[in-house]
This record gives sequence, structure tokens and C-alpha cells, in this order.
Amino acid sequence: MNSRKKSFGKSLLYVILVLYAVTTLVPFLWALSSSFKTLEEIISGTMNFIPKNFTLANYQQIFVEQDLFPRWLLNSLIIAVIGTLLNIIFNSMAGYALARLSFPGKKALFIIILAVLMIPAQVTMIPNYLILKELGWLNSYQGMIVPSMINATFIFMMRQFFINFPKELEEAAQLDGLSRLGIFFKIVLPLAKPALAAQAIFVFMGFWNDFMRPLIVMTDTEMYTLPLGLNTFKGQFVSYWNYIMAASMVFTLPVLLLYAFFNRFFIKGISFTGGK
Amino acid sequence: MNKRSSKKKLKDAGQGYLFMSPTLFVLALFIIGPILYAIFLSFNKVQLLGETSFEFVAFENFARIMEDNRALIALKNTAKYVLIVVPCQTILALILAATLNAGLKGEKFFRIVYFLPTLTSSAVLTLIFMWMYNKEGLINNLLEMIGLPGYNFLGDPDIALNAIMLMNIWATAPFFMVIYLAALQDIPDSLYEAAELDGANALQKFFYVTVPFLRPVTSFVVIMGLIGTFQLFDQSYIFSGGSGGPNNSTLTVVLLIYQYAFKSLGTMGYAAALAFALAIIILIATLIQRKFSKEESLY
Repeated sequence: MNSRKKSFGKSLLYVILVLYAVTTLVPFLWALSSSFKTLEEIISGTMNFIPKNFTLANYQQIFVEQDLFPRWLLNSLIIAVIGTLLNIIFNSMAGYALARLSFPGKKALFIIILAVLMIPAQVTMIPNYLILKELGWLNSYQGMIVPSMINATFIFMMRQFFINFPKELEEAAQLDGLSRLGIFFKIVLPLAKPALAAQAIFVFMGFWNDFMRPLIVMTDTEMYTLPLGLNTFKGQFVSYWNYIMAASMVFTLPVLLLYAFFNRFFIKGISFTGGK
Repeated sequence: MNKRSSKKKLKDAGQGYLFMSPTLFVLALFIIGPILYAIFLSFNKVQLLGETSFEFVAFENFARIMEDNRALIALKNTAKYVLIVVPCQTILALILAATLNAGLKGEKFFRIVYFLPTLTSSAVLTLIFMWMYNKEGLINNLLEMIGLPGYNFLGDPDIALNAIMLMNIWATAPFFMVIYLAALQDIPDSLYEAAELDGANALQKFFYVTVPFLRPVTSFVVIMGLIGTFQLFDQSYIFSGGSGGPNNSTLTVVLLIYQYAFKSLGTMGYAAALAFALAIIILIATLIQRKFSKEESLY
């Protein structure tokens, strides 16, 4: 009796899991299949997930005929890659200083960094636009990268990480005559790889998926990042959902690859940002 | 001796500031400076034509919020969105996490699948859903197949915001699920064993052991949810092509701030005032939530 009840419960759980997995997968599979369909099939409004006439023409269209699309992809890559590298170095440096070095104003700075976490981006977005305009940084990579080359969340995360970091190694290196910066880059950072990986993934995703900031900073279509480009695609090809879906798939691929490689750091990173 | 230690102190301080310098630079130029600048802007009428010019108007920008019909609509839409999405995504996240944590086979596979929406950008998700929400799109076809009436998800003012809600609950729940999953690992088995000895069934264990134990995490998830949902922008913008339509039904506070700041002339100061109003609303909402969860934990 009891075991029958248990197996019933188990099947119920499986039903929930499978149903939700289907709910999650259907939009992605539908988008993927639409990206391989011809325009006629898209317009006809059929429900088949396997394209009747499988075609790569949509991908060809966006890469070859739309000369701006590769440019947008490049813009997105440049901003996300450089922005992520700078974040990793600068957040770690700040986290290390807050955890290990003593200097006047350290406590106040730490409190300010925590307070910054609470301020919604909309408050700073308007003045930032005016400042970037004044600097002549609108429609430039640095206009996207420099204001976000540090991140309060990850400074905080790195501080927590370095507080628990063993001191002995650094002390040994100090005796060998290495400077602080030398110790940091040669000894501390290489040992912090897991924390850096978790940070890298989230910072990269933040840059890659950002919509609002490029919308404000980049007004020249040449300088658009992919999310903005996708949005203009939508306006340009009103019912060409096959093109829009193909572009969406290209845009999603890099993050999926990153996830595939760094899966385990992902969960760690989230449970960290989850206040652990 | 004393001299040496003060020299060392000086050296330490120098190193500290050296390590902090990139952070200090960005903090000053792009965070603290702009906050002060935003306060200044919110008390001024700002003209961007040619030279940027300012005209002090005291509290006029703040007073204007109350008389602005679109601001009230945006606030109403945003409030409705927050009140529905936050509880739904929190409950869904908790159920998914508890189900995944039951120790079934294939847990890893499901976890990877569930996580897909979190990885995908809001722009892509919105476009995929617009394609499915299309008049002759997948969802209407499915509804027709099971004999239900279809909807004009994108064009009907009564439906459009709900369509965005549904999409975002689907998209954000998995992120919070992961937070719950991590917390579930910390529940000691002995609690469940004790409950079993008392004859509790699976549902009772969920409601009397799991849910109370996770209360602090729930509080965190709700606060994160509040902050995120109050700032809804990307989806509304893409859904409506930046207008907040149809008939202002997808107009959110942040979309309105964007429109006033960058799409109409002479209203940048007013937009800054709106941004402060939003920041204060978010702060109050999180404080109320905090108070609630503290009182609850007294039981």
C-alpha cells in the first residue's frame, strides 16, 4: 500500500517535471524550427515543428545580404569581451583591497559600494547620458564599456572570497620580494579561478543581453549591439519571422556555448548572488 | 620603530588606493556624480537643443507627476504587473525547486532545460513570444485545436500586458528556482525524519518543514523580484515598438521615463523626477516586504 502510494507520488512528480520541461522547450524549438523554414511556410501558419522545406537561406540572408548584422555581432562581441575582462580584473582588485589591505576610508567605501547596489539604474541613466555626451562618448565602445567596467555585486563577492583566502602563500611571496601587484597577479588571481569564472559568466551575460544601455548610448545603426539590431529587424521585416528567428538563434548561441562549458560555475555564481 | 611603522602604513594606504583606483574612478564619474547630477536635474527644466541649458523650477517636476495622466497609467500598469508576477514567479520557483530536489532520476537534465530562459536575452525571448503570440501564431493555433477562442495578444489593450506577464513569469522563475535549490540542500534530513515519525505525508512535509525553513530565502527572492519587476522595460519596449501601446496598456514607469528623457524635448528634468519617484517606490516596497516577513517569523 505504502509503496504503491509512493510510486504514485513519484509519477506525479515526473509528470510535473516533464510538463514544465516541455513548456520551457517549446518556445525555443519553435524558434529554431522557424529559422529553417521558408517564408511561405511561415505565412501559412502551420504548426509543424519539422520544416517542410528545410532551408539555410534565412541564415544566409542575415549574414550576407544584411551587411549590418555581422557588424552588430562584432560590436556585441567587442563590448562584452573587453567589458568582461576589465570587470574581472578591477572587481577582483577592489575586492582584494577591501578584504586584505588597510587604508583610510576603507569602511566608508565598502558601505558606499553596498549602497550603490540598491540604486535603480534609471536614476543614473539620464545624467550618464549627459556625461557621455559631454565626453563625446556616445556611439562609442568606451561609452558602453567604461561606465560598467566595475560591478558592485561582484566587488562584494570577491571581497567575501578573499576574506577566506589563505594568507600564508602571499606572505611567502612577500618574503621572496614580490610587490603587492606582483603577488596579486602572479599568485592570488590564478588561485581565484573558480570565483573569476562565475563572475565572468554573469558579467558577460549582462553585457551581451543588455538592451536599455545600448539603446541610449548607441544611436548610430553602425554601432548597434545585437539586441538593438534584432529590434530594428523586427521593424524592418514585419512578417519575416524566419529572418528574425534566425538572427535570434545566432544571438543566443554564444551564451549557450558558455553555459555548456562553465555549467558548474553557473550554479555557484547564482547561489552566491542569492546571498550565500 | 615608530617611524618605520608609519612608513609602512603610508605604503599600505598607497597600495589600497592603487587597487581601488579603477573602482573609485567609475564610482565618482558614473555613479555618485550622476546621482547628484540627477538630483539637480529633477529640480530643473532641461533643454538639450544645441547647448544644454537648465532653468530652476523647484518642485514643479515632482508636482507634475500627479497631474500627468500617462504617469498614472504607467504606475497602474507597473503595480498590476508587480502584484501578479512576483507571487506567481516565487511560487512557481519554489514548486519547481522542491520537485527537482525530490531525488528523482534525470534531475540534472531537467535542471539544464529549465535554465534555458535565464540564459537567453530579454530581446530574443520577447521576439520569440511575439512570434508565438501572433494572430496566426502557435498559441492561437493551439487554442483553436482544443476548441478555445483565440486572442489578439499583441493588439488588444486588455490582453497585451497579461501576455508580457505570462512570458516573464516563465522567463524569471527558473532563476529563482536555482536560489531555492541551493537553499534546499541546507535543510537537515533530521527535520524530515522527525516529521515522518509524526506521520506527515509528502504535502505536509512540504508545507510544515520546507516552506517555513525557506522563509528567509523567500524573503530574498521576493525582494529581488520586486526590484526586477518594478523596472520592467525591455519587454514593453520591444512589444510595443517603444510606444507603450496598444492604448498605453504596456506603458511602464521605466518606459515612460525613457520616453520623457530621450524621445520628447524639454522633459528630461521631469524624467529625472520620475526616476526618483520610482526609486522611492521600490525602496518603500522592499521595506514593507521586510516588515511583513519579520512579523511573520515571530510565529
